[in-house]
Amino acid sequence: MHWPSFFFLLFGGFACLFAVAVVLASNIVRMAFYLVLSLAATSGLFFLAGADFVGAMQLMIYVGGTMVLLVFGVMLTSQSPFVSMRTSSGQMLTALVLGGTLLFVLSFTAFHVPAWQPTHRPAVDPNTPLLTATPIGMALEGYRVDQLDQPDPRIRQGMSGYLFPFIIISVHLLVVLVGAAYLARAKRRST
Amino acid sequence: MDRDVANSLNFLLDKLTGLLGRSVPEDHVAGHLIAAFLYVGLLLHLVAVSALVFIWMERKIAGRIQDRLGPTRVGGKFGWLQTLADGLKLLTKEDLTPTGADLFLFRIAPYVGFCASLGAFIAIPFAGQDFPFVAQHLNVGVFFVLAVMGIEVFSVILAGYASASKWSLFGAMREAAQVVSYEVPLGLCVVVPVMLAGSMDLVHLGDKQQGWFTNWYLLHDPFTFVIFWVYFTCATASVNRAPFDLAEAESELVAGFHTEYSGLRWSFFFMAEYGSMLAVSLLGAILFLGGWHGPVPVASLLGLAWENGPVWGYLGNLLGMVNLLAKAVLLVTVMIWVRWTLPRLRIDQVLTTCLKYCTPIAAAMFLGAATWHMAMPDRVFAGLLQAPEANRLLAEPSATPRLQKGGNL
Repeated sequence: MHWPSFFFLLFGGFACLFAVAVVLASNIVRMAFYLVLSLAATSGLFFLAGADFVGAMQLMIYVGGTMVLLVFGVMLTSQSPFVSMRTSSGQMLTALVLGGTLLFVLSFTAFHVPAWQPTHRPAVDPNTPLLTATPIGMALEGYRVDQLDQPDPRIRQGMSGYLFPFIIISVHLLVVLVGAAYLARAKRRST
Repeated sequence: MDRDVANSLNFLLDKLTGLLGRSVPEDHVAGHLIAAFLYVGLLLHLVAVSALVFIWMERKIAGRIQDRLGPTRVGGKFGWLQTLADGLKLLTKEDLTPTGADLFLFRIAPYVGFCASLGAFIAIPFAGQDFPFVAQHLNVGVFFVLAVMGIEVFSVILAGYASASKWSLFGAMREAAQVVSYEVPLGLCVVVPVMLAGSMDLVHLGDKQQGWFTNWYLLHDPFTFVIFWVYFTCATASVNRAPFDLAEAESELVAGFHTEYSGLRWSFFFMAEYGSMLAVSLLGAILFLGGWHGPVPVASLLGLAWENGPVWGYLGNLLGMVNLLAKAVLLVTVMIWVRWTLPRLRIDQVLTTCLKYCTPIAAAMFLGAATWHMAMPDRVFAGLLQAPEANRLLAEPSATPRLQKGGNL
């Protein structure tokens, strides 16, 4: 038995199962709970792939942060406890068509990009941890250490890292934070 | 999981089944399974037994601080079996579920919390050097531990919501607000040792401080000294210990998010709480107090290193583990001491402590420590001493990254 495939199917199966459960559940906190399980199973897939940093990031941001925010929003806005939401069949149908189309496009792409086809590279040595955070940090600073041996200089120029998008996103976040602080600030009475 | 351990287990199995005329290949699945159960079993025992000991310690210390004796009878002297008796009592209690509760979520909430608390231990090393005592050696260990411990708050929210009781819901809300906001200064504090060592690998972080206590990051410079205490405050708050235990304010909220819980489910919440206390204490000990490298490097003075043979190396690791656990238990004792000394804060005071004190202090100390590190990169002990050669040359353990072979990330 090939154990990595077994665990891949296990985590992938859990992720899909709980994603379906999110759609089918009617209680909003249960939905959130299933969503947490689905996202946690996804982070399991990242750990399985050896991308420890991305996996921990998934746990930290999606499972930890987003879930807490979601549950806060849900609980502070619902009028009575255990509100159950019924979706009409029309909405269900629209969602099914949209979701199905997206799924088709994504899986079609995934199976037709040559660089994404399964390779038969040997598994990494599991005893020593991979440097997973360093290359990502270097790429955000503008050095794609994984593209240094790119033979074509024209392509290598285009692989100069993600410093520009990183800065744009940081400024964006700063604006959002300033806006949130402005909205949430205590209103002073002018007496 | 450690492939060496699995392979040696398979080797042992091979010898055993050899008596029956069978053979087990080196990479057989049995060794991997046994190794996995071994690690998880050891960690589970550590969490469960330490919870027993800490609850006894808590009752004893609370008694002494309040001029009482604490438990004295069960188990002969000192009442050292008191927690076991408590556990038996909890086991026989009726498992109540309030009418109108969301049954499924109500039942599953304690286990979510306990799993998150236990999961953090997977990446925490107990000894370092060449063959670290760690269930899964991660390159981003610090980050993983913080991320997994952040999930614990979800069990509190689930428990508070599913109980269908306003006390529980209020308690859960307060606790969630507190834990989530304290993660910000906690993260800022943790970044400082990571910056000094240049790695998020917990094994590497501990080994960077090897040698005498002068190499500890606690005493690296004045800024790290301050930031350790900020870390300790935030860690106490993020595991909901008094004086930050608003969520369980008996006077207003009955018992907070676990008002409706009884018996074994209730005790799972407490196992999770004590497990997290131990986890943050271990993390603090590794990040700031040298981890398994004691105030006096007894192991290396006695020559207990892997260079001198596996038995000596193993003994050295064992000594380091005892050392680390002693430091962690000391930090837990301080948490207990603080709990029975300071009165409980109000919710506004809790948030003021976080946003107006801990976060700015942590940010300023981070800047200070970064400047200090720039100015005096190889000095330790408040810049008075030169860092030892071995510490400076220690490189982050890593396999040859896949990217050097030309593959994509």
